[in-house]
Amino acid sequence: MKHIKTLTTRNLKESMKKGGCGECQTSCQSACKTSCTVGNQSCEKIK
Amino acid sequence: MIHQFKNNGYNIVMDVNSGSIHVVDEIVYDMISLMEPLVKEGIRDADTIKAAVLNLADARYSPEEVKEALEEVLALQKEGQLFAPDIYEDYVFDFKNRQTVVKALCLHIAHDCNLACKYCFAEEGEYHGRRALMSFEVGKKALDFLVANSGSRVNLEVDFFGGEPLMNWQVVKDLVAYGRSLEEPNNKKFRFTLTTNGVLLDDEVLEFANREMANVVCSIDGRKEVHDRMRPFRKGQGSYDLIVPRFRKVAETRNQMNYYVRGTFTHYNLDFSEDVKHLADLGFRQISVEPVVAQPQDDYAIRKEDLPRLLSEYDKLARELIQRRKEGRGFNFFHFMIDLEGGPCVAKRLSGCGSGTEYLAVTPWGDFYPCHQFVGQEKFLLGNVDEGITNTAVRDEFKCCNVYAKDKCRKCFAKFYCSGGCAANAYNFSGDINGAYDIGCELQRKRVECAIMIKAAESDMEEC
Repeated sequence: MKHIKTLTTRNLKESMKKGGCGECQTSCQSACKTSCTVGNQSCEKIK
Repeated sequence: MIHQFKNNGYNIVMDVNSGSIHVVDEIVYDMISLMEPLVKEGIRDADTIKAAVLNLADARYSPEEVKEALEEVLALQKEGQLFAPDIYEDYVFDFKNRQTVVKALCLHIAHDCNLACKYCFAEEGEYHGRRALMSFEVGKKALDFLVANSGSRVNLEVDFFGGEPLMNWQVVKDLVAYGRSLEEPNNKKFRFTLTTNGVLLDDEVLEFANREMANVVCSIDGRKEVHDRMRPFRKGQGSYDLIVPRFRKVAETRNQMNYYVRGTFTHYNLDFSEDVKHLADLGFRQISVEPVVAQPQDDYAIRKEDLPRLLSEYDKLARELIQRRKEGRGFNFFHFMIDLEGGPCVAKRLSGCGSGTEYLAVTPWGDFYPCHQFVGQEKFLLGNVDEGITNTAVRDEFKCCNVYAKDKCRKCFAKFYCSGGCAANAYNFSGDINGAYDIGCELQRKRVECAIMIKAAESDMEEC
């Protein structure tokens, strides 16, 4: 495309189909302890 | 839902519901802002949309350009990457009836501390209560509870937290050994983490931590004067000089991975990007510096009037991070890290941190709370290591905590990145775990924008 560059992102709609396994990290165990930061976490099935 | 913003020369369009992110030129940027109100009104007829956006040709763009750009926009819309509808709310309804398992514990191994940090939500480690150290027996019961209540989940997380956990180090080591003994018979894998102020961090601790801890969080605020002001010993002396060489050793011996230097910024260092730079200059590559959580009356609390300065600091920091990466001396800033390709599924994005359900804090005497920040607030007491979860009403309240349960989150473009934010912050500032901490939300939105802008810049760098 000439006018638009789309960054590669996970398709959220598709993730509904096989999501919710719960194996991913709990957000507050990473570093924060004071905020909820989820977007930076990796899916255990993808990584 | 569309969110558009300009940052560091990039025009960015987020299609919130599909998760798609587009870097666009001026004409598409203007076109999408014209189209969004029409789509919101339910107008999806291509001819009506065309008629509206073709007006752009009267202004800055030629009719050919407008037509060409429109074709690209409509193609993305057809592929579900622009103006995607919100299809997740019904999913939430099913989601809240799910069977949850416990997968992470924050063990308050010591309600005591050898520092007297002024902003400590644990009140010098005591959490509104008495000084206490967790016994091995209580910790053992907590790990048994975790294994017994974790269902088929394999990876279990246990954070040794405080106060200062190194003040009860032998129990930490004994619990790690006990946890390891539970792994094979139960098909579990423990990921232990340690959060420390560094005062008691010696070679023996480091060797053990490097062998057993999946992550080590080292508390340091940044520049010496900033750190020492807020993180003194009980007699007032600063702790910076003591801990810096120790934390550097942590970073080096862990090969610059699986650790964080983690700081807090307050009203007294609104120029916190300088603290992040300082930590990077000290040689740290995994950095997290976060806004203080405080009551409005605290002198160091972040105030609404601090926001413009703080937002510009994040922008400044994002530009600095890109520059340093270009120069080959980059670092990770926790709040700018975003996994666009392999990030969490929608279920995770909707349900947030899991406090009160998947994640529990355990006090030294074995009481359960929804998370470390609720410890000491009796109305949130969930149960204990002997009886399990007895206060199911509070647990169910947390179970239903999701982005659609929060009015302000529904309309927010960042909802799938912060998952509705921190329940403790929401409660502290609005009196409701489904409320919002408005200052925190403003900062979160800016961090998401910066993180995405950095991704756009990295995408350019890869092409060079």
